[in-house]
Amino acid sequence: MQPSDMSAVDLVTAVRHGDLTALRATEAFLERIERLDSQINAFLSVDREGALRTAAAIDEKRKAGQPLGPLAGLPVAVKDALCTFDQPTTCASKMLAGFRPPYDAEVVARLRAADAVIVGKTNMDEFAMGGSNENSAFGPVHNPWDLTRAPGGSSGGSAACVAADMAPVAIGSDTGGSIRQPAGLCGITGLKPTYGRVSRRGLVAFASSLDQIGPMARSAADCALLLETIAGHDPGDATSLESPVPPYGADLDGPLEGVRIGRVPAHFGAGLCPEVAHAVEEAFAAFRAAGATIIDIDMPHADAGVATYYLVAPCEASSNLARYDGAHYGHRAEPGGHRAEPGRLHPVEPGGHRAEPGKGSGASGGGFESALVEMYCRSRAEGFGPEVKRRIMLGTYALSAGYYDAYYAKALKVRRLIRQDYLDAFEKVDLIGGPVSATAAFKLGEKSGDPLAMYLVDLYTVCTNLAGVGGISFPCGFTKGGLPIGFQLQAPALAEPLLLRATDRYQHLTDWHRRRPAIAARPR
Amino acid sequence: MSLSRNDVAKVGLLARLALSETDLDTMTRELSTIVGFVSQLEQIDTTDVAPLAHPLDTQNVFRADIPQPSLTTAQALQSAPRHDGECFLVPAVLGDSGAN
Repeated sequence: MQPSDMSAVDLVTAVRHGDLTALRATEAFLERIERLDSQINAFLSVDREGALRTAAAIDEKRKAGQPLGPLAGLPVAVKDALCTFDQPTTCASKMLAGFRPPYDAEVVARLRAADAVIVGKTNMDEFAMGGSNENSAFGPVHNPWDLTRAPGGSSGGSAACVAADMAPVAIGSDTGGSIRQPAGLCGITGLKPTYGRVSRRGLVAFASSLDQIGPMARSAADCALLLETIAGHDPGDATSLESPVPPYGADLDGPLEGVRIGRVPAHFGAGLCPEVAHAVEEAFAAFRAAGATIIDIDMPHADAGVATYYLVAPCEASSNLARYDGAHYGHRAEPGGHRAEPGRLHPVEPGGHRAEPGKGSGASGGGFESALVEMYCRSRAEGFGPEVKRRIMLGTYALSAGYYDAYYAKALKVRRLIRQDYLDAFEKVDLIGGPVSATAAFKLGEKSGDPLAMYLVDLYTVCTNLAGVGGISFPCGFTKGGLPIGFQLQAPALAEPLLLRATDRYQHLTDWHRRRPAIAARPR
Repeated sequence: MSLSRNDVAKVGLLARLALSETDLDTMTRELSTIVGFVSQLEQIDTTDVAPLAHPLDTQNVFRADIPQPSLTTAQALQSAPRHDGECFLVPAVLGDSGAN
């Protein structure tokens, strides 16, 4: 069997037993990246030399009889939102083009300490803002199942590289569905852990009370393997949880008898594509056949999830992204004007009224109050893409004097109601099941002209983040057109073992997760 | 809910984002649509509901105030667009002269 056909669990076992070298495994995936990624654009950078060097060092370690880490020889792709000291970290933004962080994210450090091989950094929506990967400053990712379609986002590169067997596992991050939705649209398995389960230190911050890093792989078993390494308390992230990390992989085996899975009838409303609804109901039937009990439950505030999310997340983003000031790192506008429309920038007077063109009231040319403010404003205008600007503007507006209570404070109150829905539901059920997305993968360009239509893509995923609980998505069928359909399970805080066990059981009873896109087929 | 161009220009300054005339037109239209959408929250009764800023019941974390190794000056400056080896260089805060 080729290394690129093997599961991550089998790969690390083969390396540990000496049946496969880390070098051979790494070369196999690098070869696939070289062959396929010009069509998919899943990677923003590939560290071929570094990966081969790391792999060779792992093989030397093994030969010398030194102990190997739990991920020894496993190639891993990392979303470009996580800092890597030896590779660029761009967040798919012009703002950070070529940026080299001075340190590794905690998750990256843990992967290295476990002897994983980091092969490259994956494409994403700029600063993780988007659901289609079309907001990348470096071009969209193409869905391996149909290159004219979006892979989902924002972790679209991580999902697509696993779907096309360019990496056995990948790291993603999920603020409102950014692991689960692309996993669903690309036919792989993706886990968003409980908020705080995985350290966020060195993850470029988008919305700090929602962001969470998680594993993306071809199966629940492979996600469990990766989660065991990346989860755990980190003194460098004050929000990381101190609870001990259970052996997720060893906990997989277990029956589903007695497990209660909630089904929300409102999920099956008019907006849900009939093919998706059918596949999701079939998955419920499979869980029932496996011994689980399916119970209809109500999540009364779920409808308010997207509106709540699109206040909370942009507000936090507007604050987090204030750090991109053209002074410390990242893009700085050159003095002397805006390249796109020289002389046509109209800043605002301190009083709030827009200055007349050419009659700037500020101290500096062009009407800015100082040369420093002008540098800030122009650097940010040039460095950020349209969606990032929209969210910064929306968040700044919702936090500004006179609007804070009506928008931000109101959203935080509704957030509590949404979390209470989960607490109430988990009195009655152990898991909540349902669709990940209302449709299978949509066409590139189909929604990119309509920001609000794109936001509604997050309907089934945002509440998980608002409540801080865990969720997993995995394939549960295909459309007639051959596109994967995802199923989502959500669980109470820290119930990752049950999420993984239920998914693993389902993957023993079905083979949807084993299907590969035609592009991943071996050349004859 | 609709925002005026002036509202949007003001927010642009607060957000430190230079907006061209075209940007202002687009942003005014798009933000009005989005703000209209999120305004649906008005209809939810949140009387006596406390805001929830953080999803889990965690507490402030303190550590002993002991000096620890941190980034060196060189590391901190390594990606700075302009620096003099010790400090980040920025344009003058007052007036329109100075380094950029």
